[in-house]
Amino acid sequence: MVTVTDIWHWLEEVSDPEVPVLSVVDLGVVRSVKLEGNSAEIVITPTYSGCPAMRVIEEDIRAKLAEHGIEQLTVTTTLSPAWTTDWLSENGRRKLKEYGIAPPENEVDKSVLFAEPTVVPCPICDSRNTKMISQFGSTACKAHYQCNDCLEPFDYFKCLK
Amino acid sequence: MNNELYKYTLRIADDSLILGQRLSELCGHGPILEEDIALTNIALDLIGQATSLFEYAAVIQNEGKTADDLAFLRYEHEYTNVLLTEQPNGDFGQTIVRQWLFDTFRVLFYDALRHSSDEQLAAIAEKSLKETKYHCKHSSEWVIRLGDGTEESHERTQKALDLLWRYSDELFFMDETDRAMIEAKVGVDLAALQPAWMERIREVAQEATLTIPTNNWKQQGGRLGKHTEHLGFLLADLQYMQRAYPGMQW
Repeated sequence: MVTVTDIWHWLEEVSDPEVPVLSVVDLGVVRSVKLEGNSAEIVITPTYSGCPAMRVIEEDIRAKLAEHGIEQLTVTTTLSPAWTTDWLSENGRRKLKEYGIAPPENEVDKSVLFAEPTVVPCPICDSRNTKMISQFGSTACKAHYQCNDCLEPFDYFKCLK
Repeated sequence: MNNELYKYTLRIADDSLILGQRLSELCGHGPILEEDIALTNIALDLIGQATSLFEYAAVIQNEGKTADDLAFLRYEHEYTNVLLTEQPNGDFGQTIVRQWLFDTFRVLFYDALRHSSDEQLAAIAEKSLKETKYHCKHSSEWVIRLGDGTEESHERTQKALDLLWRYSDELFFMDETDRAMIEAKVGVDLAALQPAWMERIREVAQEATLTIPTNNWKQQGGRLGKHTEHLGFLLADLQYMQRAYPGMQW
């Protein structure tokens, strides 16, 4: 007999297509799982409005659940409450850093224009002497940084609040 | 169908779609790699916002149309984006000034719209506000860097501001649709946002050593479907695939 807990476990094996080190559960993209008999409903939310990974995430979830015999599945996308980087699990933050992506730091409100930029420690050597190359990186959710000490360029998972 | 709500949602959607389309023209053509990526990331956010808004507009319209039908299969006079969003990219200064005028407006607009009594619009605004703050920071910082940069960059940025200023008033255009939506506590009173917008624009312009034009000759018409000549060319690009191969999907 399949339980909701089983489905959450299976979803932990579905990775984010753009940050494969994270599962969709670590990322906080899966909002809820419901199960009635053999039919399941999963609610997901995008990190950014234009996130092109949403459709792939939906397909991957379907494929994963089909492996476990769940064919009747509704995947619904909701915008509210809006995703923030606070939903990233502790496990997710640790995995990001191990993978070489700096996890989100608490930042001042983006509308404050002339504030000091946030210090983002280098995920490779932990130096706090880093610089932002661009606020927009390889995907919507990342910015591009470089470490001034070990010189390694790295991605920073932007704070979104 | 709630006609006013449909029109209201479509206006917000069209602003996002048309500016997103403009920015996406820069994909592979940005002045530097980082900006190529930044501008197309912003385009992606805008088109994502447009998708949510068109999907909602199609639900309100209730004629069995999809978000794609609304985005790709209307005629020029049926688009109700503000004229600013359809203006050409020009040089990098022009792209950035257009973005800055718009982003500064959009942050204030979404911040107000997230208190809408319409749950779906409030949710879209709440979601979009977070990413729009990043856009606004990006464009404001560039305006400062270019305006307070070299003689050449200052001159070009000032020229862009002089050119685009005439379209800035239309961001605050309101008619009976807006009034009906404000009445229903769905829409935003744009007149109330204008002083805050002007203050933020002045603050950045001052830092950038740019002069706000004193010319008060203003252009509007986009909200009513009367566009500058630039929109037609943009739509020809945008709609080509759906017109040539109706119903085609990626």
